[in-house]
Amino acid sequence: MDIKKVTSVVKKKKADFPESLIHEITDASERHELKAKELELLVDEIKKEYERAGVENGEAVGTVAAQSVGEPGTQMTMRTFHYAGVAELNVTLGLPRLIEIVDARKKISTPTMTIYFEENYGTDEEFVRKIANQIGKIVFNDVLKDFNVNYADMSMTVEIDEEKVKEKRLEYDSIIAKIEKAFKKVVINKNLLSFEPTISESKHAIRELRLLADKVHDLQISGVKNIGKVVISKEDVEWVIHTEGSNLGAVLKMEGVDKTRTTTNDIHEIEKILGIEAARNSIIHEAQSTMEEQGLTVDVRHIMLVADMMTSDGTVKSIGRHGISGEKASVLARASFEETGKHLLRASIRGEIDYLTGIIENIIIGQPIPLGTGSVGVIMKARD
Amino acid sequence: MKKQILKHKLVPDHAILSKTEANKVVKQLNVHQEQLPKIKADDPVVKEIGAKSGDVLKITRKSHTAGKFVIYRLVL
Repeated sequence: MDIKKVTSVVKKKKADFPESLIHEITDASERHELKAKELELLVDEIKKEYERAGVENGEAVGTVAAQSVGEPGTQMTMRTFHYAGVAELNVTLGLPRLIEIVDARKKISTPTMTIYFEENYGTDEEFVRKIANQIGKIVFNDVLKDFNVNYADMSMTVEIDEEKVKEKRLEYDSIIAKIEKAFKKVVINKNLLSFEPTISESKHAIRELRLLADKVHDLQISGVKNIGKVVISKEDVEWVIHTEGSNLGAVLKMEGVDKTRTTTNDIHEIEKILGIEAARNSIIHEAQSTMEEQGLTVDVRHIMLVADMMTSDGTVKSIGRHGISGEKASVLARASFEETGKHLLRASIRGEIDYLTGIIENIIIGQPIPLGTGSVGVIMKARD
Repeated sequence: MKKQILKHKLVPDHAILSKTEANKVVKQLNVHQEQLPKIKADDPVVKEIGAKSGDVLKITRKSHTAGKFVIYRLVL
């Protein structure tokens, strides 16, 4: 029994089944070696159940979704930090993270990326380490052997540790080039570098020297913008890089990086680089994995509804005052949520009209609400 | 990097509908075109496939529940 046959039977019975259901039927009929007649019977029965299981017209799906996400939310630990696989990376999880997602924060507290590599590079540890050092932030201080500040003749000598340079898979010449670009008064003698501060006529020469020392320490010699620490770990057979900080656009441009699986947890960045549909997928994924990580399961359909609402007008907008709730058409609905005075005042200045089409407005004025059985009216046929 | 965003596993399949197809969809769903979900004209995927303002995109999502699911978005 193949999928084509099942599809044709389903079509014949005028059942509008989703793809996954057709696959399931195919599997089941293969397992039980159903005959054509039996298959038809099965499809009939499934059709009945499928139609019964659907959401009824007028059902308050939004409210149910809100409750279904909200109730497990009360059981989440208020403040949890978790180490994502590797002991050094700290990622916000639990309730704070969930709030971050539905609020569509522009700046999330712990952006992080998971970088995968293309097939033949993923198992090559040397290559992954090299890329990791290109991505991760390395400052000059990380490759120094010796650092001397001489206050007597106002100068500073620095020795580069070649082994550290090698260990970090950096190139000596590129480091020197970066230094020459950043500091003007520098004398390079193989591994020994000496710096001199630019002393103006001010009396704070020592301060200048100290500032210069700090500057030399913190000079970034390698790394992608906005990315800090990187951690390499092995997942199954391939090597994966986790980062602190995120820059999807830049990382996707790098050679060897898997352009199809590499992601970030920053939803706004995904929206910018991969588009609104990818952002929707990311909201679903992030929200669900946050819940699951806490041992809570919420039906994806609820989260999908939330994600659909958040992305329906082409940009990721938050739920709440500045997003969905704040854009409701009805004045009364907005006023009943937050900032009551502001909304009523503005509505009166603008002369807004409330057509009383929503739920909240009708509850406020004490009318039956347009929901469930209340969403239908009666029309009488005119007598002729 | 261009072209490759379409292959990313987070990005579903986007296809531009012709005027007649778009009208058919709108009729079938019994809505006005402006009532469809929107997608910005400067969305990276829209730019990539070369859709213009006013086009209707057919988006075939991979769904956790339905396997495959089709939605439509109007390019703003």
